[in-house]
Amino acid sequence: MRATTADRAQSATYTYLICLAAWAVPGAGHLLLGRLQKGLTFLIALALMFVMGLWLQGRLFPIEIRQPLVALAALAEMGAGAAFFVARQAGTGAGRVVALTYEYGNAFLIVAGLMNMLVVLDAFDIAQGRK
Amino acid sequence: MSASHAALMIVFALFVSVVFGTLMRDEPREQLRFGGQLFTAFVVGGIALGWILYFFPL
Repeated sequence: MRATTADRAQSATYTYLICLAAWAVPGAGHLLLGRLQKGLTFLIALALMFVMGLWLQGRLFPIEIRQPLVALAALAEMGAGAAFFVARQAGTGAGRVVALTYEYGNAFLIVAGLMNMLVVLDAFDIAQGRK
Repeated sequence: MSASHAALMIVFALFVSVVFGTLMRDEPREQLRFGGQLFTAFVVGGIALGWILYFFPL
């Protein structure tokens, strides 16, 4: 039986919802798709990495167009999903430049966000039936 | 903060290896193997790079 336009639209909506969930909560996309082991691993590893970045006094960067590198770092950190906005609202992530671990904290926060973007793409592929 | 540079590098390598191992392989056994290889490469590469830079003082 051939898929109708409505089926395809519903399927696309489902895929985008999976991607949104995967972005908002690391591993949620895989959990919703039934990949429990992968989903739990991403959830624990990426959440821990983000929290550790904050603990190491890394900074949650603002989007500043006049400073392209700062804006790019902010975009990378936003890849971590809801955690970025929750942490920001909670007043954490101010970043202490003189702290010994400041750059490490930034590396943890930025890489956690970038890796979650890859996890979202993987969830997209699974939802599309490519994997 | 008492964490050393080497300890932080190892923890960073561990997180990245776990995520990439899980992402790139489907079977748990293969994930462990690939993640272990990545982790070893990160740590050995980091230490080797550190020693190379040791001979080029600023």
